[in-house]
Amino acid sequence: MSPEPSPAVEARGVEYAYRSRKGVHPALAGLSFQVAPGEIYGFLGPNGGGKTTLFRILATLARPQAGTVGIFGMQDSMAVRRLLGVVFQHPSLDIHLTVRENLLHQGHLYGVRGKDLEGRISAALERFGLADRRDQKAGELSGGLRRRVEIAKALLHEPRLLLLDEPSTGLDPGARRDLWSTLDGLRKEGVTVLLTTHFMEEGDRCDRLALIDRGTLVAEGSPAALKEEIGGDVVTLTGADPEALARELQERFPDLAPEVRDGAVRLEHDRGHALVARLIEALPGRVDAVTVARPTLEDVFLHRTGRRLY
Amino acid sequence: MLAVFTLWRRELVRFFRQPSRIAGAAGSPLLFWVLIGSGLSGSFKLPGGPSDLSYLEYFFPGTMVLTLLFAAIFSTISVIEDRSQGFLQGVLVAPVPRAAIAAGKVLGGATIAWLQSVIFLALAPLSGIRLTLASALAAAGVLAVLGIALTAVGFAFAWRVDSVQGFHAVMNLLLVPMWLLSGAFFPPSGAPGWLAAVMMANPLTYGVSALRWALYGSAPEVGTGLPGPGLAIGVTILAAVLAFGFDLLAMRGTSE
Repeated sequence: MSPEPSPAVEARGVEYAYRSRKGVHPALAGLSFQVAPGEIYGFLGPNGGGKTTLFRILATLARPQAGTVGIFGMQDSMAVRRLLGVVFQHPSLDIHLTVRENLLHQGHLYGVRGKDLEGRISAALERFGLADRRDQKAGELSGGLRRRVEIAKALLHEPRLLLLDEPSTGLDPGARRDLWSTLDGLRKEGVTVLLTTHFMEEGDRCDRLALIDRGTLVAEGSPAALKEEIGGDVVTLTGADPEALARELQERFPDLAPEVRDGAVRLEHDRGHALVARLIEALPGRVDAVTVARPTLEDVFLHRTGRRLY
Repeated sequence: MLAVFTLWRRELVRFFRQPSRIAGAAGSPLLFWVLIGSGLSGSFKLPGGPSDLSYLEYFFPGTMVLTLLFAAIFSTISVIEDRSQGFLQGVLVAPVPRAAIAAGKVLGGATIAWLQSVIFLALAPLSGIRLTLASALAAAGVLAVLGIALTAVGFAFAWRVDSVQGFHAVMNLLLVPMWLLSGAFFPPSGAPGWLAAVMMANPLTYGVSALRWALYGSAPEVGTGLPGPGLAIGVTILAAVLAFGFDLLAMRGTSE
C-alpha cells in the first residue's frame, strides 16, 4: 500500500444539466466531495435534488459535463465498472429467471465462471438467507427478498465500492434492519458503501454524509458533527394556545427564541433538560407536554437551506 | 465472449418460458401462408417459371422470411422491456463492451427467429418444394444470415425507441413494406418498371432471392429477373454486417 491510498471516490466540480426543448435544467452545480475507503457515506436530500443524477454518474451511466470523478483513482469507465457493485432503486433482476440464474448471469457478465461462480452463488445465497429460494423465479419473490437478491447480485464479483440508490425505499421495517446489518457487515470487511437516501433515519446510520439540495452540497460531515452546529437540544412544548404560549415565553425568557411550528412551540437551547423544569414552573398548568430532543438531520437541513427535507 | 454467451442464452431461456410467444410467432406466418397462398393460387403465374407452379409454392420462401421478420421484431421488443423493467441498467454497469451486449442480444434474437423459420422450412414439401439435404442446409444458412440482419435492424430501433407502441409503429412502417417489396409476395419481373426498380434497391430482395437460389438451385421455379446467387448472398451478408454496425452506432452516446 502506498502511504496515501487514493480515496474510494473523489469528485471535483461535477456539473450536469438536462437539456430539453424547454431549456436547460441544471441537476448538479459543481459538486465536490471525497469518500474514504471503508466508510459508509450517504447522500441525503429531497427527491429532485440531484441525487439520482449523481448516482448515475458514479455508476458510469452518465458522464459529468464538467469536473471529474475518480473511483479509487481511476476514471476509465471499464476499469471503474470492475470495482463497482451497483444496487438500483428499481430492481434489475430478470423476473423470468430464477434467483440462481440471475446470479449466474451476473457472474458471467463480470467474467466469473464455473466452479468458482457456483461456489460464490452458494455462499451468497447462504449469507442472505436465500438458499431455499434458489430455484424460484425472481418475479415470485416479495419486495424485501428481491432487494436481498439485488444486493447478493451486486456483491457477487466482490466489488470494492458498493453503490445503492435509495436502498430502503419500499422495504418494511424488518427488511430495513436486514439491509443495515448487511451494510455494517460489509464495512467490517472493508467494502466502501455509498448510498443515496431521503430518510434522515438512514442518514444517521452513515459514517459521514453529504446534504444535497438543488444540485449543490450544502453540508458534509458525520451525523453528530452536523447536528452539533445546531447546538444543544430542541425543546418542543404543546399547549392549548401555542401562539399565546410562545409570546409569554418570550416575555419571561428574553434570551430564548421560541417559534411556533406545526401547532407546537419549538426552541433551541444548549441545556434543554435544565430549561424544562424552569419552563414548567414559570407556566403552571399551561403546558400539556414537553419533549427534549437532540437535533435531527432534518433540523440541520432546515437550518442550512431554510427548507424541509420532505 | 462469456458476456455474449450469457446474454444469448438468456434470450433463449426467456423465449421457451413464454409459450404464448412461441405459438404467436410460429402461428401467424403459417396462417398467412395458407390463407393468402390459397386465395391467390388461381390468379398467379410466375413469369418465366413453370406453368404448374402454384402460388402456395411461390409464396413459401417469402413466408419463411416473414417468420424471421416477425420473430426478429418480437425478440427485439425485449430490449425495450429490459430497459423499462430495469434489467438493462444492471448490464450497462457491468464491465462489458457495448458491442458484446449488442452481439448477445442480436444473436439470441436471431437464434430464436432462425429456429422458427427452420421449423417452417421442414414444412416445405407441403408446398411442393422438394428438399434435398444440400438445399435444406443452404436454405438454413441463408435464413441464419437473414435472421441476424433483421434482428440487428430491429435492435437498433428498439435501442432508440422508448415505448413498445412506438417500436411497432416504426417496424410496421419500415420492415413490413420492405418485406412486401422483396419478391416474397410477387416477383419483380411481373411488376411495373418503377416498382421493380424499388424492389431491386431493397436489400431484402437479395435475401429472398438467396433463399430461392438455395432451395431451387438453377431449376426454373426460381423465376427470372432475380439477382444472381453470388450477388444475392453477398448483399445479404453485407446487410447483416451493416445492420450490426448500425446497432453500434445507435448505442453510441446513450447510457454509456
